Amino acid sequence: MIRLQGITKRYGQYAALNDISLEVRDGEFLALLGPSGSGKTTLLRIIAGLAFPDKGSVTFNGEDVTDLKVADRKVGFVFQQYALFKHMTVAENVGFGLSVRKRSQRPPKARIKARAEELLDLVQLGGLGNRYPAQLSGGQRQRVALARALAVEPQLLLLDEPFGALDAKVRKTLRRWLRDLHKQMGLTSIFVTHDQEEALELADRVVVMDHGVIEQVGTPEQVYMEPATPFVSDFVGETNHFADGIHVRPHDLDIVAADGLPVVVDNVFRKGGAWRIEGVCAGDRVVELDVDASLPPPSPGETIQVRPRRSKAFTPTGANSHDHA
Amino acid sequence: MNTLSFLRARHLLIAAALAFIALFLVLPLAAVFSAALQKGLEAYGTALVEPDAISAIKLTLLVAAISVPLNVVFGIVAAWSIAKFDFPGKSLLITFIDLPFSVSPVVAGLIYVLMFGAQGWFGPWLAEHDVQIIFAVPGIVLATIFVTFPFVARELIPLMGEQGRDDEEAALSLGASGFQTFLRVTLPNIRWGLLYGVLLCNARAMGEFGAVSVVSGHLRGLTNTMPLHVEILYNEYNFVAAFAVASLLAMLALVTLVLKSLLEWRVGYHHGSARH
Repeated sequence: MIRLQGITKRYGQYAALNDISLEVRDGEFLALLGPSGSGKTTLLRIIAGLAFPDKGSVTFNGEDVTDLKVADRKVGFVFQQYALFKHMTVAENVGFGLSVRKRSQRPPKARIKARAEELLDLVQLGGLGNRYPAQLSGGQRQRVALARALAVEPQLLLLDEPFGALDAKVRKTLRRWLRDLHKQMGLTSIFVTHDQEEALELADRVVVMDHGVIEQVGTPEQVYMEPATPFVSDFVGETNHFADGIHVRPHDLDIVAADGLPVVVDNVFRKGGAWRIEGVCAGDRVVELDVDASLPPPSPGETIQVRPRRSKAFTPTGANSHDHA
Repeated sequence: MNTLSFLRARHLLIAAALAFIALFLVLPLAAVFSAALQKGLEAYGTALVEPDAISAIKLTLLVAAISVPLNVVFGIVAAWSIAKFDFPGKSLLITFIDLPFSVSPVVAGLIYVLMFGAQGWFGPWLAEHDVQIIFAVPGIVLATIFVTFPFVARELIPLMGEQGRDDEEAALSLGASGFQTFLRVTLPNIRWGLLYGVLLCNARAMGEFGAVSVVSGHLRGLTNTMPLHVEILYNEYNFVAAFAVASLLAMLALVTLVLKSLLEWRVGYHHGSARH
């Protein structure tokens, strides 16, 4: 178990992290989700030992590692831009962690090579060991970086925006693949992302961060359905804002015949299995809603009546969910 | 019409550039060799094996052999700290590294005379302990180091800055020590830039005249480097010998240029591809 307590990190006047406390369970796949500047990468680097907090402590399985350097923490770190050593072959990259061990602990060369091949098989790059990183695609480089991090048998795997530099299609395949790999190995893993879809799809639990503080920790379901703060509601998934702090998801709005909120439609387009209707209510408030694509959509210029099926009210005293069945 | 005038302008510009280079670079270089060989190969050879010439060549090589490695170490250390760390006084350090570029070499030489000369700050102490720096080899080495100070560092700072810290952090996270990281990750990443810097540094170290002239004392066979030897011979109207030694320096420049182009070709050609 990894425990962070009261982690604070400042860069000059700017507080990158403000009194962060968090527990990561063994075998868990945890996402640190937030916009840029939320402090998520700084937190990941502090867990890794690549950065050090001004205040607070980091413990791994009860052992205080706050002042331990990255080399002594037994963590695998996958960098956003992969940071592969470009003058080494793929196999040399993967074997690097073993080859820099002290002579007494270093496996023989043949053993390192065999281990690298095993790991390349694991990440489905068997037979590419003699290539150079520049000869691989982005997705392949990402997997080499992962194999290299796994080669040192870390107790914890840390990934900084693991899919950030990849195109949408590759990203999707890799995501699914990484989730399977995590299931298969059960290695405690933490990844940083600004993409809520990625966090919701991959993680067992999501930590939503903003401006150096944790806004909410919960399962993807909890974070999406029961956002603790307006920020979470806004950042995770799409949300319509109504008066008095009421937030409604686009798929929780229905078109009704009468007695609803009048909305003037200004755009309609297909979004997957639904019509996305964009309109304006009360003069200037933008409203988005999704309706069944099998029904005929309203046309732009028309005024429709909408009513929320489910909503969330954020008041200074807290958050309340309402089901309007 | 427009394309045509563009083409004409391009040809004109290229022709002007070539003419300029021919007039100011190629022609003088050819003149050096023709003057050196005007009394035949034998006179040329004699001028080069004459004891004072040999000793000048040896001294030049010695000075380069000391100052270039020192500047390599300094350059890597400075570039590393500037490119990979943030610390107060960083921009001041960069300014200081550039100082030798903006200071006249003569001034650089005079600085050392003021410090270590007989009338200088440390002069009496040095005389007492029988250490000779000015008008001796140590002074020449110091002046050369001063003048060649920026070459390696200037080459590496942008390169290392651009490469960032990720590779080093990755190596450290995999358990490598600081020294292993430097040897196996940082050095291979900067090797071509480093070689380029060494090349330029070496060319300047061997060719430096002004600063060395001030501290050398021009003792024949003792404290004359090749450029100083050329000047002395020239002042004695010994043109063949002067140009013969000068031609060696010119050849050094040509070899440097060829190596530099090779390096640029290699780095440019393989940029982003596998084996660099």
